Amino acid sequence: MDYNAFRHFADSWGLLYLFVVFVGVVLFMFRPGAKKHAEMAAQIPLKDDRSPQGEE
Amino acid sequence: MLAFGAVLSLLAAGFAQDVLFQTHAWVVFFALALSTIYVLRKVDFAGDAAPVDKSGYFDDPIRAGVILTTFWGVVGFLIGVIAALQLAFPVLNIEPYLNFGRLRPLHTSAVIFAFGGTALITSSLYVVQRTTSARLISDGLTQFVFWGYQLFILMAATGYLLGITQGREYAEPEWYVDLWLTIVWVGYLILFMGTLFKRKEPHIYVANWFYLAFIFTIALLHVVNNLAMPVSPFSIKSYSAFAGVQDALTQWWYGHNAVGFFLTAGFLGMMYYFMPKQAERPVYSYRLSIIHFWSLIFMYIWAGPHHLHYTALPDWAQTLGMVFSIMLWMPSWGGMINGLMTLSGAWDKLRTDPIIRMMVIAVAFYGMSTFEGPMMSIKAVNGLSHYTDWTIGHVHSGALGWVGMISFGMIYFLVPRLWGRDRLYSMRMVNWHFWLATLGIVVYAAVMWVSGITQGLMWREYDAEGFLVYSFAETVAALKPYYILRAVGGAMYLVGGLVMAYNVYMTIKGKTRNEKPIAVAHVATAQPAE
Repeated sequence: MDYNAFRHFADSWGLLYLFVVFVGVVLFMFRPGAKKHAEMAAQIPLKDDRSPQGEE
Repeated sequence: MLAFGAVLSLLAAGFAQDVLFQTHAWVVFFALALSTIYVLRKVDFAGDAAPVDKSGYFDDPIRAGVILTTFWGVVGFLIGVIAALQLAFPVLNIEPYLNFGRLRPLHTSAVIFAFGGTALITSSLYVVQRTTSARLISDGLTQFVFWGYQLFILMAATGYLLGITQGREYAEPEWYVDLWLTIVWVGYLILFMGTLFKRKEPHIYVANWFYLAFIFTIALLHVVNNLAMPVSPFSIKSYSAFAGVQDALTQWWYGHNAVGFFLTAGFLGMMYYFMPKQAERPVYSYRLSIIHFWSLIFMYIWAGPHHLHYTALPDWAQTLGMVFSIMLWMPSWGGMINGLMTLSGAWDKLRTDPIIRMMVIAVAFYGMSTFEGPMMSIKAVNGLSHYTDWTIGHVHSGALGWVGMISFGMIYFLVPRLWGRDRLYSMRMVNWHFWLATLGIVVYAAVMWVSGITQGLMWREYDAEGFLVYSFAETVAALKPYYILRAVGGAMYLVGGLVMAYNVYMTIKGKTRNEKPIAVAHVATAQPAE
């Protein structure tokens, strides 16, 4: 693949691919039920941090 | 293994084809030999000691990391102040080892890689254990990564003073130092990913995403940017695999993403853990933090060409870099708002807790410098700002304001916890550090704006016949007062760093300073307006 072919691939299909993935990620964050999941994840740092889980 | 490395470097010193390589090999030899002796003295050959307890978190290198971060911070700021004074008073250039040309990369690497890098490695190892509820996968690998990185710093720093450089901005170390860093970094990636794999928490907390993006992208950037052919296996000199404008673009693809993924993504990981922790509240919007992450990742990687406006780089590439830089406003400000709003409902902590204040000013500076950056990437603005002190001011508002302040917050958070102290030696000194550092940055950034714009305008001033009005030396003379003021701003920041070092030292020793607590909750009473 020479420079031109590479470049045309990158600014058409490559661009579309990255854009679709990005939109997909954003939509995924707003799927039903995501909010509850996110609120649980946000609590992770606030849990007890003195020793690993299940060990004392 | 250390001893083996020491022998290898001794051999390298023997085979060296030039004096500099030989000197550098001797440096490694002594560093490794001393470490070998130190480790051997600690080894217990009788084997009667109790087996090491592996049920808790592995915090030994993290404790060392906090101390070294503080140390490198002070060293880096000191070299910065010296370099600033050298610009104001050229007589301070002591040749050949301590002239500005050598101290400048020493300063940038000391603050970015020694201070920032140690802060990132230290905090990432702390955060990944706490948020996955799992011990790091291997004690040995952790020690290797941590001390291997310190050896890299030593090699880079001594190399600059000796005059060993490949002349790539923020990537000055020569090929053999780069190879060593690659090995260490792969170890770091394995260590971090391995710990994530054995996590006991089902979800990977967002701070780890940012840390992982930082580790992974830096590996990629470092390898590509340093593709070079050494002249001989026993010589310092190497030649880049790229030439001309391709080389320049590779350099700035690396350079800008070092800002994006080292100084931004990595420290955002820090923010997303330590801010909620210190405020004792979850992050404002977890979903916004995920979107922040992905938009930052998707956009930052394209912004590099804005360092090459009006050069031989094709116009479309320059425009691409500019457009993506401007788009970066969105994720940056999204992240800043997310960080600040974490405090919503707890704003009183700003008055009572100097550590949270430090973190908030860090996020505020993150917002300010990510506003200024895209603006400077616009070609018309860049025509005035590029190559002037404005750029230096911008970098420092980001580096001192964002990177520095969030790291100080991290250090103040970690020291009492890691050494099992009830509190810091002194909260009032944190307050002092906060004001010294903040005023230092304000002086620095404001002075550099004035100086940069003066410089830019003087350079482009034509007379009626089309001749340049000012010679270069005249512009330098005009900037002298600003250069002195800059050194003052930097010195204030350095003093703040020294205050922190003293506070950390006394806290580790287990002392507490007898002092008045900071503003206990203010009771609102009806007062006549003043």
